[in-house]
Amino acid sequence: MVIHNHCGLCSIEVANLSVSSGRATLIHDVNITLQCGELTVLIGKNGAGKTTLLKAILGEYHFQGSIRFSDHQGDVVGKPRIGYIPQHLDFDKSMPVTVLDFMAAARGGSPVWIRHGKELRKEILKSLDEVECGYLINRRLGALSGGELQRVLLTLATEPIPDLLILDEPVSGVDVSGLDLFYKRVTELRDKYHMPILLVSHDLELIQKYADKVILLDKTVVAQGKPEEVFTTDAYQNAFGLLHLGEEKKWI
Amino acid sequence: MDLIYGVLEGLPFSMFQYDFMKNAFIALILLSPLFALLGTMTVNNKMAFFSDALGHSAFTGIALGGLLGLNDPLMAMIAFGIFISLVITRVKASGLASSDTVISVFSSMAMALGIMILTAKGGFARISSYLIGDILTVGEKDLGLIFLVLFLVYGLWVYLYNPLLLLSVNRSMAVSRGIKTLLIENIFVVMVAVAVMVSIRWVGILMINSLLILPAAAARNVAESARSYHWIATVFALVASVIGLFISYQFGTSAGASIVLVLSAFFFLTYLMARGRK
Repeated sequence: MVIHNHCGLCSIEVANLSVSSGRATLIHDVNITLQCGELTVLIGKNGAGKTTLLKAILGEYHFQGSIRFSDHQGDVVGKPRIGYIPQHLDFDKSMPVTVLDFMAAARGGSPVWIRHGKELRKEILKSLDEVECGYLINRRLGALSGGELQRVLLTLATEPIPDLLILDEPVSGVDVSGLDLFYKRVTELRDKYHMPILLVSHDLELIQKYADKVILLDKTVVAQGKPEEVFTTDAYQNAFGLLHLGEEKKWI
Repeated sequence: MDLIYGVLEGLPFSMFQYDFMKNAFIALILLSPLFALLGTMTVNNKMAFFSDALGHSAFTGIALGGLLGLNDPLMAMIAFGIFISLVITRVKASGLASSDTVISVFSSMAMALGIMILTAKGGFARISSYLIGDILTVGEKDLGLIFLVLFLVYGLWVYLYNPLLLLSVNRSMAVSRGIKTLLIENIFVVMVAVAVMVSIRWVGILMINSLLILPAAAARNVAESARSYHWIATVFALVASVIGLFISYQFGTSAGASIVLVLSAFFFLTYLMARGRK
């Protein structure tokens, strides 16, 4: 059974979206719709504008065009809650900030240089325990492994449950078993809360396995649809074709 | 005020027989936590170079104050400091040039402009007093001003700290959680600008950035959490200020430089401690 009401939205409609920086156009005329309960994967070569599109949706970049969030009755809603996992955390690894500090700061509790609320600490511990990360609560953020950091970030991005989950290549530096676990957790979230998920990935095997929909971006949308549909388009062959020439079904 | 003076006179230290030493001592007790606090976030956000540039831009503030015929250039310094911080933040955010380069250009320009105006009639002496600073010139009125700045910054810190912390980990994530990143960042750089400009007369343009960066840098070697980072930096700054002032009194050295040297010693000690533990 799908909990439809949890998401509060039914679709996110991006229409004629363009982003430019100075005189350069980063992306132009992007038209996509993200549906509730669908895991949409954004693919494209380096510099195709994937991160730019995500940042426009997040509200970090100015854009032309429109982004409309509407609920299941088709009514437009205001600002949705967005959970986001960045591609890299290029913070200073020696920064004295614990997982608890970081999560409490993000949740907007009392200023973490003064104190941590007891209730908030309990809640954070509980949510970390759900992904078997409770033991990390007092570790420094910079001391976590790739997989640990990613699970902490996923916990944070889904606390509270967002209306839209955006994951920007969230799995760099994670081993294969960690990858699989991560995707399982993401699809669980989708099935449980029925939220739309937008994910950037290069891992074609995992896309095959988990994606409901694939969008191929090259400054603008050049192909979209079910994974197998997109993978057979010319645009896809142009972008990635050489990667698996002669290796049938073996995606890189 | 008389009460604090009385207490200090009761202490068995000969330096407290002088009012200017008492004032210097109180000023440092107020300035250390202010700089330690701002420094923790300056270091987190890798802005040490920014605050250095800000200190140098004081030249232009001083010069502008002179041109405007102000007796005390402080207001001109604060205004120019705020202006240049906001401009640097703006240009940095546009991402058109690397932030190191942007900061360097602004810092050089502000320094050159200030020195040119100040030396136009051969006023070299005025520059040198600002370069080194003199903590012994703190007056009673100044103490009120320092206290006010400390009070305001601590107050703002309650609201700004969490967003700033998130911002120092990842900007987009901060945006996704509804934080107005540009606003928060602007308030932060304005706070740093005000603190730096208010203190430059006493600490000196050459030493001001060290006072901001070193307590945090030393605390980082041993702190494990945001809270311990904050308080260790504060304690380091306080202790170093007191020791530095004593050294300065005993040997007649510049107080700013003496404090910075003690802080450097703290940095290397904690560095060795941290290495020893690993």
